[in-house]
Amino acid sequence: MFGSFDFDVIERSWRYLFFDGMAFTLRLTLFAMVGGIVFGTLLAMMRLSSVKPLAWIAGVYVNTLRSIPLVLVIFWFYFLVPYIGAWVLRSDTPIRVGAFASSLLTFVMFEACYYCEIMRAGIQSIPRGQVWAGYALGLNYWQSMGHVVLPQAFRNMLPVLLTQTIVLFQDVSLVYVLSITDFVGAASKVAERDGRLVEMYSFVAVVYFVACLLLSQSVRRLQARIAIVR
Amino acid sequence: MIKISGISKWYSSFQVLTDCSTEVAKGEVVVVCGPSGSGKSTLIKCVNGLEPFQQGTITVDGVSVGDPKTDLPKLRARIGMVFQNFELFPHMTVTQNLTLAQTKVLGRGREEALAKGMALLERVGLKAHAAKFPGNLSGGQQQRVAIARALCMDPIAMLFDEPTSALDPEMINEVLDVMVQLAQEGMTMMVVTHEMGFARRVADRVIFMDAGKIVEDTSKSEFFGTPRSERAQLFLSKILGH
Amino acid sequence: MHYHWNWRIFWEQSPDGAGTYLHTLFVGLGWTLALALLAWALALALGVMVGVLRTTPLKWLERAGYAYVELFRNIPLLVQMFLWYFVMPELVPKGLGDWIKQMPPPWGSFVPAVLCLGTFTSARVAEQVRAGINSLPRGQRMAGTALGLTLPQTYRYVLLPMAFRIIVPPLGSEFLNIIKNSAVALTINVVELTARARAMQEYSFQVFEAFTAATVIYLLVNLVVVLLMRYLERKVAVPGYMGQGGAAASGH
Repeated sequence: MFGSFDFDVIERSWRYLFFDGMAFTLRLTLFAMVGGIVFGTLLAMMRLSSVKPLAWIAGVYVNTLRSIPLVLVIFWFYFLVPYIGAWVLRSDTPIRVGAFASSLLTFVMFEACYYCEIMRAGIQSIPRGQVWAGYALGLNYWQSMGHVVLPQAFRNMLPVLLTQTIVLFQDVSLVYVLSITDFVGAASKVAERDGRLVEMYSFVAVVYFVACLLLSQSVRRLQARIAIVR
Repeated sequence: MIKISGISKWYSSFQVLTDCSTEVAKGEVVVVCGPSGSGKSTLIKCVNGLEPFQQGTITVDGVSVGDPKTDLPKLRARIGMVFQNFELFPHMTVTQNLTLAQTKVLGRGREEALAKGMALLERVGLKAHAAKFPGNLSGGQQQRVAIARALCMDPIAMLFDEPTSALDPEMINEVLDVMVQLAQEGMTMMVVTHEMGFARRVADRVIFMDAGKIVEDTSKSEFFGTPRSERAQLFLSKILGH
Repeated sequence: MHYHWNWRIFWEQSPDGAGTYLHTLFVGLGWTLALALLAWALALALGVMVGVLRTTPLKWLERAGYAYVELFRNIPLLVQMFLWYFVMPELVPKGLGDWIKQMPPPWGSFVPAVLCLGTFTSARVAEQVRAGINSLPRGQRMAGTALGLTLPQTYRYVLLPMAFRIIVPPLGSEFLNIIKNSAVALTINVVELTARARAMQEYSFQVFEAFTAATVIYLLVNLVVVLLMRYLERKVAVPGYMGQGGAAASGH
């Protein structure tokens, strides 16, 4: 059954696969994680704010993006970003945006919705007394958020945030629909060029499986070690 | 120092405070007591604006708490508050708990804040625990740190919301001792508590609340001697029993 | 700005002769729902089985279930789609493989997509079922066996009825996830809603009309499913239980 398979194709193309493809995937994942958590935390604060219009806008944004497929969101931003860029920079023609920049923006804006819900739960799990104690000392809203609430919320939700990042790592593969060369894109290019679909896609599956398994086990170990003693 | 006039507060349609009025003069120690649900915690949280109120006025040192133009954080920095659940910041050491508001709100330098923090820590008898986290301290120790944290801000008045209710019996006295000393040094204090022993020792006045209203507001001797209302008498008989 | 809005585009004919653009979008929706529903049926059947196996006292079954869940959890859906479409026909016995490869166009893509989505989601369903069963008080199982019920009977009459009611909300989320994940099937040429919107965009250049329509349709489908789920929750609610249990659902 495996006789006619040529796994040497992997040996021949691994530089391209990892230094071009996987490098893109990892870069995008890391930047989108940071951007997504920052924007997501901001969205969470908006959703929890007592300023009703802010809470409403954030709520509509988060709920809409969580209700539609990521593929559709990728298409949306791919076409929308050049127009927004033109509007921001007051240009006449839509701006050309590179593949990495466009995908980064897409994933930050999309994953922020999921990070938002995680941080929202985290912020709400901090006892009200902590907020009162901060205010009683004279801290204003931003100070109490920055010094008291968010450090605790972030610490508590770190395992869930990291798990979501592993999901993000897998989601990045969908840039395939724009023919962008991430790890899967690189593999499929090699597969088509050499006619070795089975070998390449099996290899991709194995790499992802091992990577994600190791990552999620690390998160589980981390979860056991960090807990703020109350 | 603290003037409370005609305070009424509703949670939606439920009235929790009805027309409460009283005063705490500079250097006075006022104890607020009453059964659960009488609104005493709510009232004290209105004094520094942690809880909003719909009717009436509260002024602290001439500044109106309910006025939208008042800079609340600035006012709160001048009023110290101690909570039932201590509410130390668990992710910071004792030292960091003490210096956070000094540096971020009062703008003190790090050395100055640290020196002040250590001095007050010594005063409550916990200097050796400066580098520890709240999770490593007992309840009584945490509450004493909380008192020190409030005192670091050099407040003009201190509010206490049931400071010993969450403590095991053997730790109550160490906290009460700190509070007694504070009172004897002339601090203006408003204390919500069940500890009548404390009230007898240092209170100037006792306020009894029931169902959102101030039922009695008399000097200590009058309150313990001959309380006028039946509710207060009933309450006293129940808690003085043990 | 050069974009020309044309909302009447929906009533124009699609160049591939499939009717108006609006019609093609609804045909796409049809394929999305068909894919989602069939995959859901598969996911429930497999997921319940694996979830139950993971809660039995037999250690090796528990580990087999764990391996099953981890397998589907750690590989991206896109890659799994490719495995079912490109790799699976090569790995099965030659006769079956050839038969699969000569399936005519919609089915040649549709069947692997259903299998992929179904098995992918079954791992998540299994986790929900497991969490639901484990959230029941330990005494329930013992009460069942104390009455003389065998283990399978205890599951059937005592544990599963309660577990299912508890996990209705998270299962509702999983169903919404399947609808969203169905869009990934466009990479293996299943012409579902998102694919149709993309085709409409490519033929007519009315980018934002096309994608807005798709977005609105997905949101409406979402709304209908959410309302159905709430109705179902109310219908099967057990007095005293507030719908606890169910595994925390991060990701989508």
